[in-house]
Amino acid sequence: MADTLLDIRNLRIEATSYPPGEPPRDVVLVEDVSVSVGKGRVLGLIGESGAGKSTIGLSSMAYGRGGVRLTGGTISLNGRDIRLANAKALRALRGREVTYVAQSAAAAFNPAIPLMDQVIETCLLHKVMGRAEAEARAVMLFGKLGLPNPESFGRRYPHQVSGGQLQRAMTAMALCPKPDLVIFDEPTTALDVTTQIEVLAAIKEAIRDTGVAALYITHDLAVVAQVADDILVLRHGKRVEYGTTAQIITAPVEPYTKALVSVRSIEHVEKADAPPVLQIESVTARYQGTPFDVLKSITLDLPAGQTLAVVGESGSGKSTLARVITGLLPPRQGQIRFAGRVLSPALAARSRDDLREVQMIYQMADTAMNPRQTVGTIIGRPLEFYFGLKGEAKRQRVQELLDQIEMGKGFIDRYPAELSGGQKQRVCIARALAAKPRLIICDEVTSALDPLVADGILKLLLALQAAEGVAYLFITHDLATVRAIADRIAVMYRGEVRRYGSKTDVLAPPYDDYTELLLSSVPEMKLGWLEGVLESRKMAAAGN
Amino acid sequence: MRIPISALVGMVFTGAFFLAAIFAPLIAPYGMAEIVGGVWDPASEAHWLGTDAIGRDLLSRMIYGGQTTIFVASAATVLSFTLGSVLGFSAAVAGGWTDQGLSRLVDLVMAIPALILALVVLSVLPVTLTVLILVMGLLDSTRVFRLARAVAVDITVMDYVEAARLRGEGWGWIIFREILPNALSPLVAELGLRFIFAVLFISTLSFLGLGVQPPLADWGGIVKENASGLVYGIPAALIPAFAIAALAISVNLVADWVLSRTTSLKGGRG
Repeated sequence: MADTLLDIRNLRIEATSYPPGEPPRDVVLVEDVSVSVGKGRVLGLIGESGAGKSTIGLSSMAYGRGGVRLTGGTISLNGRDIRLANAKALRALRGREVTYVAQSAAAAFNPAIPLMDQVIETCLLHKVMGRAEAEARAVMLFGKLGLPNPESFGRRYPHQVSGGQLQRAMTAMALCPKPDLVIFDEPTTALDVTTQIEVLAAIKEAIRDTGVAALYITHDLAVVAQVADDILVLRHGKRVEYGTTAQIITAPVEPYTKALVSVRSIEHVEKADAPPVLQIESVTARYQGTPFDVLKSITLDLPAGQTLAVVGESGSGKSTLARVITGLLPPRQGQIRFAGRVLSPALAARSRDDLREVQMIYQMADTAMNPRQTVGTIIGRPLEFYFGLKGEAKRQRVQELLDQIEMGKGFIDRYPAELSGGQKQRVCIARALAAKPRLIICDEVTSALDPLVADGILKLLLALQAAEGVAYLFITHDLATVRAIADRIAVMYRGEVRRYGSKTDVLAPPYDDYTELLLSSVPEMKLGWLEGVLESRKMAAAGN
Repeated sequence: MRIPISALVGMVFTGAFFLAAIFAPLIAPYGMAEIVGGVWDPASEAHWLGTDAIGRDLLSRMIYGGQTTIFVASAATVLSFTLGSVLGFSAAVAGGWTDQGLSRLVDLVMAIPALILALVVLSVLPVTLTVLILVMGLLDSTRVFRLARAVAVDITVMDYVEAARLRGEGWGWIIFREILPNALSPLVAELGLRFIFAVLFISTLSFLGLGVQPPLADWGGIVKENASGLVYGIPAALIPAFAIAALAISVNLVADWVLSRTTSLKGGRG
C-alpha cells in the first residue's frame, strides 16, 4: 500500500517481572502482532485488561512504559523503522508525528497552568508554528470539538471545566501540532455514559475533519465499532482476529470475538410483585458540613428476593443511598424499613441481626478485601462472627460457599493478590452470602471488570438469587447491566428519583427527558449507531 | 531466600552486641566497678582495652555499659511503639474529636525539643532506670504516633475496613486484625530507626550527666568519664563512641533489609 502510515510487523514486546521470593524472569507481553494503518484510517485495538492493547498503542511511538522493551519485529512509521531509533530521533517524532490521548484527562493536565498553554505546548516545542498561529488553531479545534466559548476556553484552568470537556481539550492538544497519527487510549472509559456519547462524537468528527490517522484503544467493542475502520482483537498479547469493523461486528470468525460481540445478552424476565423487604421512606440526606442535600426525599420499595437497580450518573447520589441504608450516613429525614421493622439510622445502634441481614459488595474487589488475610479468613470471619462457627465446621462451610461461587478447591488458603479480578469479586460475593443476608447492596460490582468477566458475575448473581432468595439493590451507571438483572428500576438524577417502576414500565416509552437521554446514550453493538442517535437528537431539537 | 551481604554483616554485629549485653556477667573479665589497675593504662594482656580514668578495666565496663544502653533503649522503644501505635491507630479509626485532641497534644509535645524537655523532667524527677525509660518512651511515642496515624488513615478508608464496620466488628478487631497487619512494614522499619535514636538519646543524656548514674556504666557515660583523656592523647573515650556508631549502623542495615523484604510480601504495601 502506497499510503500506509504505520506498519507493524511481527512485533514482540517483553518485560521483566519480579515475582516475590523468586528470581526475576522475562515475560512476553506481545507476541507476533502485525498490523498496519493507512493515512487517515482509524484502527480499533480491543481486548480485556492485560491483552497488550495499550502496550501496542504506545509502541507506535516506540515507547515502552517502565521496564517494557520492544524486543523484536519492525515498527515502520512514514516508511522508516523507528523501533531502534535513537533518543534524538524519537524526541523529534513524539508529539510531532504521533500524539497521545490518555484515559484520565484529570491526571494528564497540570492543574496549575491554563489549558491553552498546555494545548499548544507541543506546537511551540517542535516549532510547528508560532504562538499566534497555534492559539488560533487551538481555538478552531475547541470549536470543532464542541467546547463552550472556544475563544475564552483556553484561559480556564483544568479544575474549571468538566471531565468530558477536559477529555476534549486533551484531544485538541493531541490534534494541535497536526500529527499523522493520534493514539486514543480509552478516552471515554472514565466518563459517564451521557458524556461519553458527546466526546465520542466530537472525537469522530475531529478525526474526519483533520484527516488524521488514529489508534483507538478500548475494551468496549460497541464504542470502537462507532469510530474505527478496522478492528484488531487482542487477547494475552496475541492477535485473535483482524478485519474491517463491519466484518468483526456482523460476521466474527473466532469464538472469542463472537463472545465479545454477543456480550450483554443475558435475558432476564422480571418477577411478579411481592411484599417488600426494604422500604426507603422519603429519605433526605446530606454530608456533614455541606450546605445541600445529596438525596432529596427518596421513596423506593424493594420486593423480597428481587432486584432493584438504581441507575444514574456520577454525582446522582446513588452510592449515598447505599450509605444511608447501611447506616454509615444517618438521614436527615425519613426512615429505612427493613423486613417490616424500622432500621435505626446510625450503624452503632443496629442489632447484630440487622447488620447480618444487609450485606454489601463493592466496586473495587481489590480494596474490599484485606490483602493480608487468606480467602478462608475473609469468608470465614462472618461465619465466626454471626454464627459462632469454628475450626473444621467453619472450613467446611467456607468450602461450600466457594463451591457456590463456582471456584472449587484450592482457593481457601490463597491471598487476594493470587486471584484474578473476577475471582476477587466472587470471593466478595461469597463473603456477603456467608452472613445469610436478605438484602445485598451491590455498588457498581461489575464496572471495574472486563465485559466477559462481568457477564459471568451477573449470571452468578442471578443464579444465587434464584437459589437463596436474596434481594439485590443494584447500583450502576450501566443500563445494559440493568436490562440483564433488574426487576425494578429507579433512575436517579441529582439526588432525585426521576423514574421508578418495574423494568418493563421504566424501559418503555413515553420517557421523561433524562431517561430518554440515558437510554439513547448506551452504545449499541451495531454500525452507524452513533450517527443514528445524533441525527435523531438533532431532529428532536429542531422539532422543539 | 538469599540474605544480602549488608544485612548479614548487620545481623552478625547486632547479634554480637545483644549477646554480649545478655551474658555480660559471664564474659566480662572483671567486675563493672572494680578498680584493677592504674589510671588510663594502655592496652595489655590483662586489660585488652586498657583501663579507664580511675583504673577500672575498660573492656568490662564496655560490656556492662552495653548491657545498660541496650536494655534502656530496647525498653524505651517497646514502650514508645506500644503506646504510639495503639494511640495512633485509635485516633485514625475514631476520627473526629478524639483524633483532633490526640494529634494536637502530640504536636504540642513535639514542638518542644525532646532533649530540653527530657533535661527539664529529669532534673526534677529522681533519675532511675525506670524513670529514664518512661521519659524516653513517652517522648519517642509521639513520633510513632504520627507515623502510625498517617499509615492507618490510609488504611481506614479502604473498603475492607468499612466492610468490617458494617459487619459490626469492634475496635479490637479493626485495629489488630484489619489495620495492624497492613501497617506492619513501615512500622518495623521505623522500629529499627527509633531504637537507634533511643541509643543516641540515652548516650546523650548520660554524657550530659542526667542519664545513667555512676557507678552504673553506659556508653555515653563512659565517653564522659574518659573525655578529658583525649587532651593527653588517650583514646579511651573513642571506644564507646565507636561502639555506639557500630551498633547504630548494624541495626540500620538489618532494618533496611527487613523493610525491603516485608514490602515484597504478597499484597504488601509498596
